Amino acid sequence: MIRARDLRVRLDGNLIVDGVDLDVASGEWVMVIGPNGAGKSTALRAIGGLLPFTGVVELDGRPIDTLHRRERAKTIATVNQTPTVPPGMRVLDYALLGRTPYIPPLGRESAADLAAVEEVLESLDVARFAGRRLETLSGGERQRVFLARALAQGAGILLLDEPTSALDIGHQQEVLELIDRLRAERGLTVLATMHDLSVAGEYAERMVLLAEGVVAAAGTAREVLTEENLAKHYRVRVRVIDGEHGPLVVPVRHR
Amino acid sequence: MTATLASRPRPAGLRAGWLAGGVAAVLVALIAGLAFGSVALPPGGVAIELLNLIPGVRLHSGLTEREVAILTELRLPRVVLGLLVGGLLALAGAAYQGVFRNPLADPHLLGVAAGAGLGVTAVISLRAGTTGDATANLPVGVPVAAFAGALLAVALTWLLGAAGGRDRSPATLILAGVAVSSFLAAGQTYLMQQHVDTLREVYSWLLGRLATAGWHDVLIVLPYAVVTAVIVLAQRRELDVLTVGDEEASGLGLHPQRSRYLLIVAASLGTAAAVSVSGLIGFVGIIVPHTMRLLAGPSHRSILPLSVLFGGAFLALADLLARTAGGQAEIPIGVITAFFGAPFFIVVLRRSRAGTP
Repeated sequence: MIRARDLRVRLDGNLIVDGVDLDVASGEWVMVIGPNGAGKSTALRAIGGLLPFTGVVELDGRPIDTLHRRERAKTIATVNQTPTVPPGMRVLDYALLGRTPYIPPLGRESAADLAAVEEVLESLDVARFAGRRLETLSGGERQRVFLARALAQGAGILLLDEPTSALDIGHQQEVLELIDRLRAERGLTVLATMHDLSVAGEYAERMVLLAEGVVAAAGTAREVLTEENLAKHYRVRVRVIDGEHGPLVVPVRHR
Repeated sequence: MTATLASRPRPAGLRAGWLAGGVAAVLVALIAGLAFGSVALPPGGVAIELLNLIPGVRLHSGLTEREVAILTELRLPRVVLGLLVGGLLALAGAAYQGVFRNPLADPHLLGVAAGAGLGVTAVISLRAGTTGDATANLPVGVPVAAFAGALLAVALTWLLGAAGGRDRSPATLILAGVAVSSFLAAGQTYLMQQHVDTLREVYSWLLGRLATAGWHDVLIVLPYAVVTAVIVLAQRRELDVLTVGDEEASGLGLHPQRSRYLLIVAASLGTAAAVSVSGLIGFVGIIVPHTMRLLAGPSHRSILPLSVLFGGAFLALADLLARTAGGQAEIPIGVITAFFGAPFFIVVLRRSRAGTP
C-alpha cells in the first residue's frame, strides 16, 4: 500500500512535484500518466525513497523516512526507466543483486537467496539465460531480467518507470501481461508510469494524470482518459473510442 | 528448464582454481626472487630455507652460512616488500576502478601517488639537515605525511572531475587527475630545489626502488597493508552492487556514499604506504586488475583478492628483472613497470572508448 500526501520534490532548486496526493491500495495497479516534464518519474523516485522530498510517503502504513535502507529495499522495489547494465555481468549475478538487503555486511548469498532468485528467473522465463551476459540479451529479455532483480528483493510494492518504453508493441504487451500475472500471483502493489495512454488504460485499475507537478485528474481510465483532459494537458486533439478493456486514444490531425 | 545441475551457472565469486593459481604465482615469484641475483642460489635450497623460517622446522638446505645470510637479510625483505607493495598498488587500483566506475582509475592517474610523493618529499627534505642519508631509515612519520598528501590529491581530483557534470566520461576524471598530478609535482619540484642537499635521495626514491629495503621498511608498510586489505576486501560485494550506479544501489539498500568514502580512504592509505617505502611505481594498479577482470570475470569478489596475489607476484618479478637485466647497474623498477604498463594502458583506453571496459 502506498499513501502520499502533499508530496513536493525539488531538483536543482526547481519545484518538479508540487503537492501530489496519491493512493495505491494493496494489490492495486495504478498508472501515472502525463506529458513530458510533468514530474512522473520524479514523483516515482521520491516515493521509492531515492530522492529527498517534503510531505508524507507511507509504505504499508509506515512513513518511508522511518525505514532503514535495507528494510525499505525489502518493502519497495524500483525499476528505473533505463537501468544500468554493468559490463560483463551475467544474468544470474545481476538478479542476485536484488538479494542485497538480505545479505549481512561481510556475508555472501545463502542457499535461500540463490533459491529465491532461481525461482524468480524461472517464473519470468529467463532461467535459460542465467549464465549469459546481460548486454547480450534483447530488449524484451533484458526488461524481464530487470524485473527479476526487482522481484528478487521480495518487496510487496513495485515501482516501474516506463517499463515498456524500449519495446515494440508485441513485447510491450508481453511484459505488461507478465506484470499483471505476477501481481495476481504474488499480491503485488504496482505503481507505474506509462506513455502509451490506451495501453496504460487497459491495465490500470486507476489512473493519475500529472501535469506541471500536480494531479490534474484521477480515477478510472474512463474518467481520466477524456478528450477534454487530454486536449487540455497534452495539447493534442484526440478521439477517445470505447474499447473492450478501456478507452482507446487515437490522435487526430488538426484539419 | 532443461538445464542439468552441472550446467547450472554458479554465482560469481572467487573460484578455488584461481585462488590456487594466485598462491602459486606468489610462491614462484618468491622463490625466483630469492634464487636469482648477483649470486645465484639453488631454488631447491632456497625453498628448504624458507621452510626453515617456520618455527620448529630444521632441514638441511645445502646452503653456506653466507648464502643463508644473503637470503634472509638481503633478498627476503626485498622480495617480501615487492609482494606487499605490488599487492597494495593492484588492490588500490581495483578499488578505485570500482568506486569511480572508471576503467582508467589508478593510484597514479588519479594523482594519489603524486600527493603521497609530495608528502614524502616534504618529510625527507625538511629532516635532511639533521641526519646524513635521509632515506636510509625511513622515519615512521613518512607514511602519515604520504597519506595526508594522498587524501588531498584524491579529493582534488574528485572535485575537479565532478565539475564536469553528471555525464562525465571516464577520461574527465583522468584529465582532472593529470592536472592534480602536475600541480602536486610542481610543489614537489619546488621543495626539491629548495633543499638541493637531498636531491639525490629524493630522485632515487622518485624513480621507484625496492633497493634499500630492509626489514625496517617491511615493518613500516605492513600495518597499513593489513588495514587496507581488510577494509577493501570486506567491501567486495558492495563494489559489485555499486556497478549499477548510486541510485539503483541505494534502492537495493546500500549506502553508496558511505561505501565510496570508506573505499577511497582505504585505497589511498594503501597507496600512501606503498609510495612511502617504494617511491613512484606506476601502472601496477591498472595492469593487474584489468588482467584479472579479463581472465576471471568482472566480479570484485574475484578481482580484489586475485589483484593482491598477482599484483604482488608481478612486482616481485619486475624487481627481479630490475636487478638482473641491466648487468651491474640496477634498472629502476618504475622504469620496468612503465615499460610494460604504458602499452597496456593504451589498450585499456581504446577498449573503454569503444564502450567495453
